[in-house]
Parts: sequence; structure tokens; C-alpha cells
Amino acid sequence: MTLLKLENVHTYYGHIHALKGISLEVNQGEVVTLIGANGAGKSTTLRTISGLARPRIGKIVFEDMLLNNLPPHKITRLGVGHVPEGRRIFPELTVRENLEMGGFSVPRHQMQERMEYVLTLFPRIKERLNQLGGTLSGGEQQMLAMARGLLLNPRILLLDEPSMGLAPVLVDQIFEIIQQLHAQGTTILLVEQNARMALQVADRGYVLQSGQIVLADDAKTLQNSEVVRKAYLGEE
Amino acid sequence: MTAISDLAKLTPRDLFNNVGDWVLQYVLKPIGQILLFVVIAGSSISLLALVVGFVLQTDWHGIDILRVPARINLFEQVVRQLPNMFLDGITIGFVYAVIALGYTMVYGVLKFINFAHSEIFMMGAVIGYEVMVRLRDGQLLTTLPPLLVIVLMIAAAMVICGGVAVIVERVAYKPLRGAPRLVPLISAIGVSFFLTDFVRGFQALNRNIFNMPYLTDQIPFLTQRIVLAEGLSTTNTTFIIILSAVIMLVGLNYFVNATKIGKGIRAVSQDQATASLMGINVNLMITITFMVGGALGGAAGVLYGLKTTNVTPYIGFIPGLKAFTAAVLGGIGNITGAMLGGLLLGMLEAFFSALLPYFPALGLGYSDIFAFAVLILVLLFRPTGLLGKKVDEKV
Repeated sequence: MTLLKLENVHTYYGHIHALKGISLEVNQGEVVTLIGANGAGKSTTLRTISGLARPRIGKIVFEDMLLNNLPPHKITRLGVGHVPEGRRIFPELTVRENLEMGGFSVPRHQMQERMEYVLTLFPRIKERLNQLGGTLSGGEQQMLAMARGLLLNPRILLLDEPSMGLAPVLVDQIFEIIQQLHAQGTTILLVEQNARMALQVADRGYVLQSGQIVLADDAKTLQNSEVVRKAYLGEE
Repeated sequence: MTAISDLAKLTPRDLFNNVGDWVLQYVLKPIGQILLFVVIAGSSISLLALVVGFVLQTDWHGIDILRVPARINLFEQVVRQLPNMFLDGITIGFVYAVIALGYTMVYGVLKFINFAHSEIFMMGAVIGYEVMVRLRDGQLLTTLPPLLVIVLMIAAAMVICGGVAVIVERVAYKPLRGAPRLVPLISAIGVSFFLTDFVRGFQALNRNIFNMPYLTDQIPFLTQRIVLAEGLSTTNTTFIIILSAVIMLVGLNYFVNATKIGKGIRAVSQDQATASLMGINVNLMITITFMVGGALGGAAGVLYGLKTTNVTPYIGFIPGLKAFTAAVLGGIGNITGAMLGGLLLGMLEAFFSALLPYFPALGLGYSDIFAFAVLILVLLFRPTGLLGKKVDEKV
């Protein structure tokens, strides 16, 4: 079943034509990855889905809802969780408050249960609940950002560069958690520069180049494709 | 926060502990903090007063304007006036603190100085006057308990000023979101002129008056002198001002730190885009911020009216600028800082108001320059304010 569908989406930043007709689909329970170089439009795609950027042309459909003109908070409340690039933790709120913000639209009686669930996924966060968000290390901030995104029990989770700037051990941990979420049936749209890791956990992938999708296939096929191996996996 | 259903399951002992924690966290701690600020502001200004009194008591250092009439011992006078100065300083200081919160909260969320806030404050003072006059016309002013009269005045001012602040935001600021930063600032100055003249015109047509003296002299409870110690007397008004301000500060602290909406406002002030990704309605949080700031400004207007008793449509400007100075002094955007800044500035003003009459060459008229000298000094030497942390690089 198709959960999220983009049809010929064009997004502009001022005069810059950032997305030039993106069409993609994410099905229920899938992990789909968008890979591509810097400035290819990966983050813009996610920002356009969650309402932070507006498509000038095209359609974004989530289940049966057209998202084009909804404000970001309403899109979030429909079940689109977006963990933004650079983690964007609220530095002056405690870890607990950061999590509470993630569950801003969650009814109070479900909050406890959601909180316990995400804290079992990220036990390290649990030790830091009363610390300010800004005092966490990069890896902990990434985990907090993901925990915060998961609190609202999203129908689809948009992950933007979760491995950026992290030590290899932490990158492995983050990807393990992505696999764990996948196994539990969470639908994920994953944006990554680390194409190798992304293609290992994903079911399908799209390759972006200067605002356009140049390749779309199963993750396995993409891993073996000539273009991807040369351009993104650094293999000869 | 514990849900109601969980409360039912608690044993009395748990309940006591929970309530005890709650009281400690949201009542005792903030009151302790306010007390600490009063002590800090009071002792630093007292120290300043004593040093100035001592240095200038006999020798005027060859500067004519610092010449004190020969028969006055300045040091003795300062010591004698210190308790009065302190009481006066915290009274006006709390009023500045409450106004300063309006500036600082809006700045925190929108990074924009709402210069119309001083006129919202003025409107609060005018609404307090209107409530008093209407109560008098209904023969209620002297028959109702005095505290109820004051609660009515403050409540009316809070409701109307909160509403006006929200309307101002919708009409004059929201359409300019995303415009260069100077544009809403100019719009705010325009709104401020508009509100002043609107109130002036309205009261001229309505009652054909310009001065709106508070009717406090008709309520003996407010004017009767209370002797606290020898040479130190005051009225109940002072206590009412301090008490109402403390209640509002504690209430605001609870709202901002413990409620979901308060936390949402803090999240919006730190990162609007990310807050919207959390499902927080950013525009709603901004509206609520203006409403709360406006309500506090209105209440402060009533307190100011009770203290000075003379209200005109033009009283907003100077106290507004001083409260803005207080917000900058404490660190703009920082709620705790606004309280400290307000108290310090109030104390400083009380000190100079007490000291200047001893210098015939200067006189009381100069007391305001010190508040603004503080603004300049803070901007020069510590632009982030006393409690401010870092300068926003994204400006």
C-alpha cells in the first residue's frame, strides 16, 4: 500500500530551482533511501514533504491527504515525523522537555507509554533526562533527535542524515536502530550521504542528482549498479 | 505532571510528597529567587549609595554641580534615607520587572523589540482608572472590599490589554514576518503612536479629560500610612504592588516552565522550524506570547497607576523605555534576567531620586538620565546583559 507519494514536485528557494520534478513513492513498512551528493536536493525533498518548504508545482499525497498547503505542524500531526538534518535539539530545554516537545500532539494518557518505548530504544538518553539538550554529545543528540521524532508514533519517519558527523561506532549503532525500527514495521524515508550503509538497510532507493531522480531501483540492484558504485560508493 | 487518574491511586503520603515537590519547585524556588534578587539589588545599590554619600559628603572635588549645601551631611542623609529608598526601589522595580517581561518574552520568540508594549502598559493604567470611575459611579468603590476593587482593576486591564496585544500582533506584525528586521520595528513605533493618540482621543470624547487621576484617596485602606519603623512609613499600596507583582512573576514562571504551552513557547523561541516539526503550532504560540506579555503589561499599568496616581495617555513612554532597559540589563530574551534587571533599575532610580535633591545644581529632574546611562553602559560593556549567555550569531 502506498503511504506517501510525490508527483512531479518542483520546489524553489527564491530563484533557485531546487527540486526539478521529483516523483517517488514510499509503501507501508518500507525503508526507502534517497542518496546523492551535496546539494542534490535530498534535504529539500524531506523539507517539502513536511511543509518547511513549499512545492510550486506537483502533488504530495500522504494516504489520501494532499499535503501541499498544510502548515508543518498539521502535517506532523497526520503522522509524518521528521528528524531534521543537524539534529536540531532544543539546546535550552532538558532532554525530558525535548522529548515532551516531540510528543506535543500526543494525548497525555499515551505519553507515558510512548516515553517508555523510545527510552528502551535509546537507553543512553534515559540517563540524561534532566540534562540540558545542548550539553549532550553529537551522538547522544542524534539519538535524542530520533527518540523525539518517534514519540509521536509516526506513520512515516523522515530521517535526514542521521549519521552525519558521528564516529563509526555510533554510525553503526544508528543504523542498527534503523534496522530495528524496520523490523517493527516502521516506514522510513532515509536521506544519507553514507550510501553504502543506507543501501544496506533500505528496501529500495532513489538516486538524486541536481534536483532530479536519475535512478530508482531495489537497494540490492542499486548497490551493484555501475553508476552508484562509481559515483557514491567510491569504488573503481 | 501527574494525571488526575494517577492522583487517585496515590497514598496520602505520596500525595503529600508530590504536592510538596510541586510547591518547592514552582512556588518556593521562584519566591526564593525573587528574594535573592531583591537582596542583590538592594545591597548593591545600598553599597553604591553609601560610597557616593561618603565620597561626596564634604569635599565636592572642585566640581560645582556636585556642591552640597554646607549644612547638610550627605552621608548621614543617605543612611537615614536608605530604608525608604529600598522600599521605594523594590516597589517601582517590581513594576519595571513585570513590564520588562513583556519585552523579553516577545523578543525571545520573535527576536524583535515590541516598542508598542509601553502603550499597552499605558492602556492598562487607563483601564484601571476607568474601572475605578465606573465603580464610583455605581457607588461600589467604597462599599466593595478594597482588595476586590484592585483585583477587578487588574483583571480588566489584563484581559483587555492581552486582547489588544494580540490584535496588534495580527494587524501590525504578523503580515511583516519575514520582512527585514527594521520593518516590524518601525511598524511597532507606529502602533505605539497610534495607541497613545487613540487613548487620548477616546478619553477626550468620552469624558473630555486628559489627566486621569486614580481615585485612591477615596479608599482609606490605600492611603492610610503604616509606620514600619521610626522614619519609615508606607501605605498598603506598596504591599499590594509588591504582592501582585510577586504573584504574577511566580505564575509566569509556572506557566513557562511547567505547562505544555509554556514549554512550547520556549521551544519556538529556540528553533521555530524544528518546533513546527514537533507538531507545535508556531503562530498560536506567538499569539499566546503576545497575550501573556500584554496581560502582564496591563497589570503593570494598574500597579503603576496605583503608585503614581496620575495617569495620562503619555505615561507609557518613559516607564516603557526603562523597562526595556531593564530587559537589556538582565539579558534580553531571558525571563529571569528581566526580573533582576527590573529590580536593579528600580533601586537605582530610587537611589538617585533620593540623592539628587541634595544637589541644588542638578535637582530631581536628572534622575532619568541614570537609567539610560545604564542602558548605554550595558550595551557597551556587556551587550548580552547580566544573565544573558551568548550573542545570537544568526542576526
